[in-house]
Amino acid sequence: MSEPLLSVQGLEKHFPVTKGLFKRQVGAVRAVDGVSFDVFKGETIGLVGESGCGKTTTGRLITRLIEPTGGKVVFEGNDITHMSQSRIRPLRRDMQLIFQDPYSSLNPRHTVGAIVGAPFRIQGVKTEQGIKKEVQDILALVGLNPEHYNRYPHEFSGGQRQRIGIARTLALKPKLIIADEPVSALDVSIQAQVVNLLEDLQNELDLTYVVIAHDLSVVRHISDRVAVMYLGKIVELADRKSLYDAPMHPYTNALLSAVPIPDVKHRGDRERIRLQGDVPSPLNPPPACRFHTRCWKAQVVCKTEEPPLVELAPGHQVACHFPENADKISAPAAAKVARNVQDAQHPKGTIA
Amino acid sequence: MTAPLDAPGKAAEAEPEAVVAGVSGKAIQGRSLGQIAWLRLKRDKVALAGAGVVVFLILVATFAPLIVGWFGHPPNEFHQEMIDPSTMTPKGGSGISGEFLFGVEPLNGRDLFSRVVYGARISLLIAFLATVLSVVIGTVMGVMAGYFGGWVDTVISRLMDIFLAFPLLVFAIALVGVLGQFEQQLGVQGDTLRILLLIFVIGFFNWPYIGRIIRGQTLSLREREFVDAARSLGARGPYILFREILPNLIAPILVYATLLIPTNVLFEAALSFLGVGIQAPTATWGGMLAQAVKFYTVPHFMFFPGMAIFITVLAFNLFGDGLRDALDPKSSR
Repeated sequence: MSEPLLSVQGLEKHFPVTKGLFKRQVGAVRAVDGVSFDVFKGETIGLVGESGCGKTTTGRLITRLIEPTGGKVVFEGNDITHMSQSRIRPLRRDMQLIFQDPYSSLNPRHTVGAIVGAPFRIQGVKTEQGIKKEVQDILALVGLNPEHYNRYPHEFSGGQRQRIGIARTLALKPKLIIADEPVSALDVSIQAQVVNLLEDLQNELDLTYVVIAHDLSVVRHISDRVAVMYLGKIVELADRKSLYDAPMHPYTNALLSAVPIPDVKHRGDRERIRLQGDVPSPLNPPPACRFHTRCWKAQVVCKTEEPPLVELAPGHQVACHFPENADKISAPAAAKVARNVQDAQHPKGTIA
Repeated sequence: MTAPLDAPGKAAEAEPEAVVAGVSGKAIQGRSLGQIAWLRLKRDKVALAGAGVVVFLILVATFAPLIVGWFGHPPNEFHQEMIDPSTMTPKGGSGISGEFLFGVEPLNGRDLFSRVVYGARISLLIAFLATVLSVVIGTVMGVMAGYFGGWVDTVISRLMDIFLAFPLLVFAIALVGVLGQFEQQLGVQGDTLRILLLIFVIGFFNWPYIGRIIRGQTLSLREREFVDAARSLGARGPYILFREILPNLIAPILVYATLLIPTNVLFEAALSFLGVGIQAPTATWGGMLAQAVKFYTVPHFMFFPGMAIFITVLAFNLFGDGLRDALDPKSSR
């Protein structure tokens, strides 16, 4: 494939934990700890994981709402990791963020017209027929009545508010949209509407999405590729079909097994994997494979050696010593995995 | 989500999701937050009564010379003919008549009505301007502390603590007394000097009350996602402060300013009562009360200025409470 639109390489964010009068640093919350992925033009990549795994932080790092501690963010060939806010300003037109809470993301004192028109004013973009006409076109595009231009956010329902937020995002015709839990604050019926709207807009405007969500069904519906995060790291990254049909990382498997099955008759078909214990604190994450404290397949090697994120099947990256669905693994990787399994059964030093 | 109003508002809320252009037939009137607050305020009869009295007081203070011209005598004009020379008290106890609506003062027989009316001018002028001063300093400091955080917040917050711990009354008495001596150096004198001094002292030391509220509000507003949205669009600090945060602070500023005015009326009265405020013969409510203490046999002398202070404070407080309920219905009940 061609040059990626967005390339994230080893991205890190450590929030310092300070103590005492002189703000001595006593530790760091490793919210995002080495995340790498590429986003190509026109695709939708889903970022899933439990609460606190660093999904939202990743989104905010990419849009530079917070400063990365390490790693690199490359957008359209520009390294924006530590670019100054004044230099990054023009690039912000092409990269926009949809927010999670439609009640908090719209200023209650601004009219819809002011909210959706703000990108033009902030970026100093001149429009042919004036901002008002432009804003009304966008409102119509997201399925809102353009006559609601002079209304205030409190006059709209949650779903309508989220549409206003999406309209603001679309105002400057961005190339990349990072949607941070775009539907998790909405009713299920409204969720479908907004998800479909996002898909329609993608087809119409040739958009690229990074969708951050914890709802696996939403991600399945909207994504082309899915990245699963656990404690600040990506543990599995694959195209939608192979990830949902044949997950290789035990964590992904456990997550998928937790998705409710609507059909009562088929509930017995699948085994529910119950993970033991809580997610460890990112303040002091477990060494090597971070999932080993809760993994039923964990061996000694999982506690001593961190599994790299490697491509085990075409387009299917997994960070695990003992991946599931081994039959899908391509030949060279299979040999490595087999060796791991053998080592685990006969740990070094114990063989006579 | 807002308090239930009449029919059009409900229709707007019940509107189905995603109205496509042209589908909705009848026009639905949108309402701004200001209009909603006004509708709520209109239903609060107590607050409306307070507002009515406030407006009345402002009119009285503004048109004091006219009112006194119609119903009274100049405030500093002596009417010895109204005084009983043997007791130095007004003839007939109070001297209340069609000519002297509130009676006359003991000793010199000045028209009490005129003096109460003129007293409203001083009281309201000082209370208003001192409040403006407090609000300006408090808002600037509060917004800075809340928005920038870090050491700025630490410095400003400690400053507020120091101001709040200050023995204000004692200091005000000393300051007004001392600065009152420097008429030449300050370039102003007499009542003007005293009024400016009182505005400064009262206003300057009251800002931390507003400042703390604004700081708290700013802290919570700063974390709202619409601020992040503006930042992700590339907005600079001033845009976020003035366009995103400040409009959300207007309601608390308005409410606490309204509630600060009566406090300032009382404080001015207290200073005048203690003799460090406006000097005689200029009429002030506090000054009149101080005089009245010496003439407890003529209760009307204490009653009218006292009632004026009481009504003013009560009206502003009722109005302020109503305004708070109207602008921020979540804060109470």
